[in-house]
Amino acid sequence: MAGLISRGFLGRRRPAEVENRLPPGQYLVTDFPVLSAGPTPHTPLDKWSFTMDGLVRKPVTWSWDDFQKLPTQTYTVDISCVTKWTKLDTKWLGVTVDTLLEAVEVEPAGKYAMAYSDGGYTTNVPLEEMTKGQAFVAYQFGGKALEPVHGGPARLVVPHLYFWKSAKWIRGLRFMQENEPGFWEQLGYHIHGDPWKEERYSGD
Amino acid sequence: MAQTALEWQAGTVTAIRPETRQTKSFTLALPKWMAHRPGMHYDVRLTAPDGYQTERSYSVASAPERVGTIDLTVERIEDGEVSPYLHDVVATGDQIEVRGPIGGYFVWEVEMGGPLLLIGGGSGVVPLMAMLRHRAAQHATIPARILYSSRTADDVIYRGELDALAASDRAFEPFFTFTRQSPPGWAGYQRRIDATMLSEVIKPFGAHARVYVCGPTLLVEAVANALVQMELPIEQIRTERFGPTGV
Repeated sequence: MAGLISRGFLGRRRPAEVENRLPPGQYLVTDFPVLSAGPTPHTPLDKWSFTMDGLVRKPVTWSWDDFQKLPTQTYTVDISCVTKWTKLDTKWLGVTVDTLLEAVEVEPAGKYAMAYSDGGYTTNVPLEEMTKGQAFVAYQFGGKALEPVHGGPARLVVPHLYFWKSAKWIRGLRFMQENEPGFWEQLGYHIHGDPWKEERYSGD
Repeated sequence: MAQTALEWQAGTVTAIRPETRQTKSFTLALPKWMAHRPGMHYDVRLTAPDGYQTERSYSVASAPERVGTIDLTVERIEDGEVSPYLHDVVATGDQIEVRGPIGGYFVWEVEMGGPLLLIGGGSGVVPLMAMLRHRAAQHATIPARILYSSRTADDVIYRGELDALAASDRAFEPFFTFTRQSPPGWAGYQRRIDATMLSEVIKPFGAHARVYVCGPTLLVEAVANALVQMELPIEQIRTERFGPTGV
């Protein structure tokens, strides 16, 4: 993307193997910044559940204990936040959305999902971008229980989209016919959010 | 927000004002200025001669009533890539690419009503100042308070303006707290913001307060959790967090 040359700006260069992993406009962080719009929910595990509903033949709900019995995978993924930071090689343990989808029959019209969370947060993701290992519901980060500030007890992780799509404090996926905008998407952020296309804001 | 793209535009730096040792305010004249909602931010993009680019977000400090220009107040992060450039290299007359305004949740406008409680830590005060400047520009009488945590008195951004506003506006009251060192004879708060301090400051507003919290993650977490404990409805608590991000 062309830009006005900033007088006297050279920039901080990274080795090519790192630079090539940073989407346009992003910078590397080694810590794990926290961003959210309101207070951090603290839902007790015995009150927690995960539900798949909306355009499904029969909704399904897991308790925390049942969710723990689902097969897990470890993931090492790069994550990019629309606020410009990218963190490489983050390590998670979670349940792939493919496994969750085996438990319900999504109606053919249910082409989009709305992830919904404690605290009222929502974000929309096309179903076809959550299958085939592209998305998971994580409850461990770096080998430890996921902290509430980072979305614990469980958060969605969709690493190929900006991190606002990776809903913290997730409680379910609601399948829907139209690609309805979620919380940030209604506030001017991009309906899709691919960091490599720099889909930050609506109209990008 | 409309589906039209937010386009990059070249803002011209028309003034640079040191606020504290670590912060400066940059006034940018924008060819395609549009009114922001107080609390929104702009993206800044820098480009090196070989095409390398990087971006950062900075909150708007000025009120939308000031047409044609915006102020961005920027804290200099010692090992940063962008803020040292803005502080050490950029001069009046330079052009900086920006796009915005961005964000639609951490915003407050007079029409939203009050009472308004603003809680800031360090440079987290910047979007809160935009709200206060907007409130003043509208001559609003909505009760407002700010609780502002800084390391020392020298680190307080906009101190003179906050004190002047308090002197001229009976409905506004600032509260400062210092976490490292207080000035001699200081009778106010001198500790991190805690539940006791919050309950004292929020008291006249009670459960109706609309609260905006911006600062480092630890401060925002502590404040937001305490407010929830005090049974303030969560939809009245809006947060914007920034932590040390290494750059």
